[in-house]
Amino acid sequence: MNAAARTRVSAALFRRPWLRAGLLLSGPAAWFVLVYLGALFLLFLSALWSVDSFSGKIVHSWTFSNFETLFNVSAYRTIALRTIGIAAAVTVTDIVLAVPFAFFAARIAPKRLQTVLFVAVLIPLWSSYLVRVFAWRLILSKDGILNWFLGNVGLGSINIGYSNWAMWIVFSYIWLPFMILPVWAAIERVPDSLIEASADLGARGWRSFRSVLLPLIFPGIVAGSIFTFSLTLGDFITPTLVGGAGSTFIGNVVYQEVGISNNVPFAAAFATVPLVIMGIYLLVARRLGAFEAL
Amino acid sequence: MAFAVWAALIMLFLFFPIVIIMLYAFNPSNVQSWPLPGLSTRWFSSTWHNTEVRQALWLSLRAGLLATGIAMLLGTMAAFAVDRFRFFGREAVSLVLVLPIALPGIITGMALNSFINFNSLTFSLITIVIGHATFCIVTVYNNVLARLRRTQSSLVEASMDLGADGWQTFRYVTLPMIATALVAGGLLAFALSFDEIVVTTFTAGAQNTLPIWIFAHIRNGQQLPQVNVVVLFVILLSVIPVALAQRLTRDTGVLRSGARAPAAGAAPAVGTGAVP
Repeated sequence: MNAAARTRVSAALFRRPWLRAGLLLSGPAAWFVLVYLGALFLLFLSALWSVDSFSGKIVHSWTFSNFETLFNVSAYRTIALRTIGIAAAVTVTDIVLAVPFAFFAARIAPKRLQTVLFVAVLIPLWSSYLVRVFAWRLILSKDGILNWFLGNVGLGSINIGYSNWAMWIVFSYIWLPFMILPVWAAIERVPDSLIEASADLGARGWRSFRSVLLPLIFPGIVAGSIFTFSLTLGDFITPTLVGGAGSTFIGNVVYQEVGISNNVPFAAAFATVPLVIMGIYLLVARRLGAFEAL
Repeated sequence: MAFAVWAALIMLFLFFPIVIIMLYAFNPSNVQSWPLPGLSTRWFSSTWHNTEVRQALWLSLRAGLLATGIAMLLGTMAAFAVDRFRFFGREAVSLVLVLPIALPGIITGMALNSFINFNSLTFSLITIVIGHATFCIVTVYNNVLARLRRTQSSLVEASMDLGADGWQTFRYVTLPMIATALVAGGLLAFALSFDEIVVTTFTAGAQNTLPIWIFAHIRNGQQLPQVNVVVLFVILLSVIPVALAQRLTRDTGVLRSGARAPAAGAAPAVGTGAVP
């Protein structure tokens, strides 16, 4: 294209902002609608289909049979409750671990140390998820570091390598940075004067924390809990690698139904469980002001 | 004081497993027990010559680079559209782009899997790239958008007033302004792609990316000494891009809110820089 033609094209575009916006949006919009949103819609539509047990093909007629199975078979209820229960336990654990740390990082640590701590929280966040799960598998295994340590201090050995305890520890570890960051940001935003005023009025440390700081940082805690809760709900790698016989998660069932049994409708139906839970969770979180704290 | 001790313990908790797993790469024995009988690099060369590992690495690198390329293009386009124009559904763009990461991985994976089946595609490098690009777009988008919000549109107008056409303005004014944010977004996208596993298991078929190879071998307890070496390499390769990205975007600091944050539906627009 020569210079004059180029000028004409850019002038034409400049006069038509809708055309520029349209051109810019066309790529990403086409990609998302075609590849992702359409497929997502199809997926949840398929939860209302079924698989012909004889031919293994998907039958395109409406049925609630997948959801009936979910409700009526107690094994699936147990799996759903286990997933939700561990997600909740992990969330609580991460809150307990993160709040004092974030308080130190945001209000006590000198500026230089703050930067160091910030990077130190980011590194585990970004280093491979799979690798960190594997590390814990080695640590908790029968002849791993944990038992070596316990043996050396004379406490015998424990066998939690492949159990719900292991999942609880590993999930709490993996998602901890997701809790620290929003809580840190929330604590940082609380003005010093409020804490000082509380102290002036005679509140001791604990009282200041409970009556002044905690209500102010609560949205940040809820924001962190969105991550810890949602990520645990949708996982299947950690239960596979560090879970034991009774550690099946919703994700494991979904993975098996898609990959091995080829029953996509049932997998889709089961996957709606975490989706609905997260939908409700997000609505509640928004009411609590968590979105402003993200 | 108590807080300082607590913080030190949390640091220990965060880094202890990472240090341990890196040490295991130097385990001379093929028995994975503690304490290690010594330190050696004897597994490094056999790992380097393992053709399975090489193929998996090569696949991961190609998938990562292609997905990053697509994500950089589409993410930048979306960021410009949102920053420069007002249109119907503008508020929803951030939410939609973050969905592939915000929804649990199995849901995104299944959706992409049904896209592949619906269109009767065969599993290949292309299907992996499609999946990775979909969840990588948001990292580039967040970074570029945060930078655009900090730049003044008057610069673009001044350039046009001085007679530059649209392309020249983009090349000499806009691109230099967003370059570091764009590169940072790309680096994060690559890091994200390079160790993704959940979505990949649904889009790779029988192919092995590096994380899938690692997962399969951990699960079956095969070739663990070599897995350890690969793992060391993966840690280094995923941390380096992030460290670089952090340097490049000190001003806008999108790192924390952007990429990994699942369920950050409302975040990308807001969470750009509350923490140092």
